[in-house]
Amino acid sequence: MRIVLGKEQIESAFKKKVEILSNQRILSCYQCGKCSAGCPIGYEMDYLPNKIIRMLQLGMTDDVMKSKTPWLCASCQTCTTRCPREIDVARVMDAIRIIAQVENRSPVKEIPIFNQIFLKSVEFTGRVFEVGVIGAYNFFSLNPFKDIPLGIKMFLKGKLSLMPHSAGNLRGLFKRVREKEKRSAVSDQLL
Amino acid sequence: MYKVAYFPGCSLSSTAKEYGMSTELICKDLGIELVKIQDWSCCGATTAHITSELMAAALPAKNLLWAEKQSLPICSPCSACFSRLKLADIDMKRDARLRADVTEVMGEEYKGTIEILHLWQVIQKYGELKPKKELKGLKVASYYGCLLTRPTEVCPDERIEDPQFLDNLVISLGASPVKWSYKTECCGAAFSLTKTDIVHKLSGEILKDAREADADYIIVACPLCHSNLDARQEEMGLDFRIPVLYFTQLIGLALGYGYSELGMMKHFVQAKGLLNSKGLL
Repeated sequence: MRIVLGKEQIESAFKKKVEILSNQRILSCYQCGKCSAGCPIGYEMDYLPNKIIRMLQLGMTDDVMKSKTPWLCASCQTCTTRCPREIDVARVMDAIRIIAQVENRSPVKEIPIFNQIFLKSVEFTGRVFEVGVIGAYNFFSLNPFKDIPLGIKMFLKGKLSLMPHSAGNLRGLFKRVREKEKRSAVSDQLL
Repeated sequence: MYKVAYFPGCSLSSTAKEYGMSTELICKDLGIELVKIQDWSCCGATTAHITSELMAAALPAKNLLWAEKQSLPICSPCSACFSRLKLADIDMKRDARLRADVTEVMGEEYKGTIEILHLWQVIQKYGELKPKKELKGLKVASYYGCLLTRPTEVCPDERIEDPQFLDNLVISLGASPVKWSYKTECCGAAFSLTKTDIVHKLSGEILKDAREADADYIIVACPLCHSNLDARQEEMGLDFRIPVLYFTQLIGLALGYGYSELGMMKHFVQAKGLLNSKGLL
């Protein structure tokens, strides 16, 4: 793979966005690989976590955005805890996921779908309504019968309710957060 | 009586009902008064922090604000809720802009004056634990998982790779902690629904290691860890079963409470046979 390295790559707008959102300095990383050595889900990833950091350093925006790695991060914080350069790698993965969802560029579909359904439940009832979330997720991820036997067993044990436990909706709060984020995005671009 | 604002979290009224039951039961004995937060709402769990920075702070802030108004420390038995509450507090203190944004959307300012604790910390610091029964002969694998010990800014502990506090609790109840290697490994967490194969592999390895260490039980302090290790156990193709208890249920047994009072019949892998054979029920 041929990589042309110039100021544009090293100071890419994407890297800057990730740094601001995660409050981390990507260039601090000296590629020791400790994050990847401890990652419990590294076996499923297309690029190990240290490679994602390296790709950010090299301005490889498209490759980072196409990678499934950030979406496989379970936020277990092992990398964050062990990094000798004190980079919060899990937060870097969060920042990539936030940007990908805002720009609608996520390479995996099921996790953004799950997030949206989960947060909708919180928006409308203030809490998570499990049966509703699982049902809607199965429907939208085109896997309608997933976990049905487990769900039935849980229901019989009194662990799932067919009605939401409402704490009052949070629609006002969600609306204010969305509006605030829209305004911030506009002012950030003007800067 | 030590008073705390109690944030149970969504799971405690559903998949982790027994965690809520046992928590409320033992806290009375331990001299801890749980003051339920009025209309508490979801902390944002695993979804808000990967979707929106502001949402990830605003959802916990709603609950933190209530506790701050009552001048009460806030406590959650769920490791993930505890972590999200504490991280929102840390982030708002570190980032003035985020704090101003949260103040704007909430309509009031969170000053950051209250202590944020996991239930085990409340019990360890303020609980008056007087066991009525010695849990002799029980071999217990203490499973800490991720968010009870990491990241360091949320959980300052000198032994982050080999924590001891649950093991010490096990000893104080008269049981024996086993030495094992997977006490802080990840169970697969929120991939339970979206990437279930990851949970089967990760949780399966944890269960196998506990088995190899000859543990009778695993104890946990997080509803998601519990449902991955217990409810999904039979999907993993293992040739053994190992019961997974909440640490509050273990305390409850030592305080003399019964199997159903502690909600233990709600587990998928039942612990009754073993407890009976050790004469503990």
